Amino acid sequence: MRAKGLGWAPYVLLIPSLVYMAFFFAAPMLQSFGLAFQDRAGDWSTVSVTRMLNDAQFQRALLTTLTLLVLVIPIQFVLAMSMALIINARLKGSGLWLYVFALPLGVSELAAGIIWYSIFTERGWLNSVLTGLGILERPYIFLNPQEPFWLILAVVLAEAWRATAIVMIILVAGLQSIPRDYLEAADVFGATTWQKIRRVILPLLRPSLQTALILRTILAFQVFATVIAIAGRGLNVLAAEAYRWYGDLRDIHVAASYAGLILLLSVMATILYLWLLPTREEQLA
Amino acid sequence: MLNPTRLGSLRSLSVILVLALVAACGPAASSPSPGATSTAGPGSPTTGPTEGPGGEVIFLSTQLNPVTEAEALRTVILADYPGGFAAANFVPATAAEFTDRVISEAALGEGGGQVGVLGGLHGDFSSLAAAGHLMDLSDLADELSDRGFLGSYIELGRYETDQQLFIPWMQATYIMAARAEAMEYLPEGADQNALTWQQVTEWGSNIAAAGHGQRLGFPAGDMGLWHRFFQGFGLPAFTGRVNTAFNSPEAAAMWTWLRDTWQYVNPQSTTYDFMQEPLQSGEVWVAWDHVARLRDAFVNDAEGFVAMPAPAGPQGRAFMPVVAGLAIPKSAPDVEGAMSLIRYLTQPDIAAITLREVGFFPPFEAELPADLDAGRRNMADAVVALTGASDALPALLPVGLGDQGGAYNAVFRSTFESIVIGNEDIQAVLDREAANLQTVLDTAGAACWSPDPPSEGPCQVEQ
Repeated sequence: MRAKGLGWAPYVLLIPSLVYMAFFFAAPMLQSFGLAFQDRAGDWSTVSVTRMLNDAQFQRALLTTLTLLVLVIPIQFVLAMSMALIINARLKGSGLWLYVFALPLGVSELAAGIIWYSIFTERGWLNSVLTGLGILERPYIFLNPQEPFWLILAVVLAEAWRATAIVMIILVAGLQSIPRDYLEAADVFGATTWQKIRRVILPLLRPSLQTALILRTILAFQVFATVIAIAGRGLNVLAAEAYRWYGDLRDIHVAASYAGLILLLSVMATILYLWLLPTREEQLA
Repeated sequence: MLNPTRLGSLRSLSVILVLALVAACGPAASSPSPGATSTAGPGSPTTGPTEGPGGEVIFLSTQLNPVTEAEALRTVILADYPGGFAAANFVPATAAEFTDRVISEAALGEGGGQVGVLGGLHGDFSSLAAAGHLMDLSDLADELSDRGFLGSYIELGRYETDQQLFIPWMQATYIMAARAEAMEYLPEGADQNALTWQQVTEWGSNIAAAGHGQRLGFPAGDMGLWHRFFQGFGLPAFTGRVNTAFNSPEAAAMWTWLRDTWQYVNPQSTTYDFMQEPLQSGEVWVAWDHVARLRDAFVNDAEGFVAMPAPAGPQGRAFMPVVAGLAIPKSAPDVEGAMSLIRYLTQPDIAAITLREVGFFPPFEAELPADLDAGRRNMADAVVALTGASDALPALLPVGLGDQGGAYNAVFRSTFESIVIGNEDIQAVLDREAANLQTVLDTAGAACWSPDPPSEGPCQVEQ
């Protein structure tokens, strides 16, 4: 529906952004997809994709990435929701809470991994506290590649610590756009806090939830530096495999296949979320 | 449900496209490379090649990449260079980036490139030497002959031609290091300067039996040099060879020994890149690593650590001498400037500073400086004991692998992870990985190198 009187101006103004995105995002992305479907000689073939799928590490990497995703996202959402509600309640000093919760956002993935490594390592913080309190007789080796449970737990904690703020900020913005009248009306009807959350807030928060879920899932498929910092070679994820195929094994085509796989999984997850969590505009339209 | 009306489906499609593009630019939001590794960018921020000495020389190197070593080079070692590090721009690079850069600059013809001096391992230069990208430095070598370079290193720098393609810069090797409190658990009758690998296992078992836990340690982390252990120490010590004997019964014996020893090794070894840190924190009491990666421990606490030469196996005391050299590509813009940097770096006093700062030894026959502190003297004695041992068996760094270097190392890593971490059947893994190793050697076209017997054509892994 063309806005009256504006003519072609809006579309013309969009052209610079479109050109920029075409050159710097769309073209490299298409090129990278192309690389995935070439062999080392540059001819079109699926040998690189097959090589990726048959690689001994592929299944491990895929499974680990999916496991981390399935564990991290629900934890982060519950945490982020609580944090967002605390901030939105406008208690005394809630401005301070926003800064405190958002602090880990300023820490890079790698630094977060190193911090949590130093907590879980044998002579690290956690072992020192536990042995000091007498709970453990001797330090326990959490970061043991033959016990993936603790390795995965350490990565989940590091990711939850680091990235929950991203989700929280989106939810805070969404919460603030819910008109207070609805919540007051709910109070008038005698709703408990839990009923308010379930019946008023969550449905109205759907657009933000959708956005936050999609964003967090896409970033979760790319998890890399945290895993390397905490587990070294003990855990394998898709992005790490892409890095090794390019950096060590010098096969840019298989690396591009991994990158393409990450993109494909991200798009599939996005479609899934759009289908599962339709927003009101989509429902009404 | 994606709804049927045009507006709704267009909106959803555009959401998907935008989010897909966000995913494409997502990696920009997270850090791409872990640890302190190379950041080889397009080199110097100043523009174009320079003219005559006094301009900036770009020094592209695969050595001294870790952040602390690079800083030591820039701020301490190059401090007395005329112009300091403004005149010599040190650019760290991985072996792959290094090779790519030189090959692409070679296409620009003589004097057309930007890189002035190349610093790398003997193996890093081999494909470049073979392709003829390196300048003949015979005149420079004659001029510097009073330095007293070790004859075998000068030979290595010729790559079997009559041209001197690199000038030796530094040497290093790998040693064992132990905390002082571990020494009382040495097995009966063991000489710390002449250990065997079996005695190391016993040592680990003694420490564990005394209730101190798993205190052996190896750099099996992502950036650790664990692959060099197999290429220069483990396999040659048990088999006397490297590639040709990869799938032999003696090799299987080595892997069995390693798997048995791993119960005494700290499982966090798969996260260790530099053994100096776990040694100092006490997580590891007995470690094997490159001298430059143990340096901090010896320098910070000379009394607390003991340096020992690498242990011996059934076939001898195998070790890997690491020879780094300096070369000038034919495409270098300022040859005089490049040569002056090489002269500077190979000066004996600068070599002594290099040893002090980063733990790499000078490639000279001369006596080591007398004013070395106790910690470095400790390491130096171990290195001398190793290279001079009667059963010493040098195993060279890989030669002629070109860009297959990473793939070659990955074979050994993979074998280790399958056999020791994954507990798979040793023979099945060796059969599988021997095929991968042969593929790598064939792709690179690399002939066998010492201690393997020389071969015609690509090195063959015996079945």
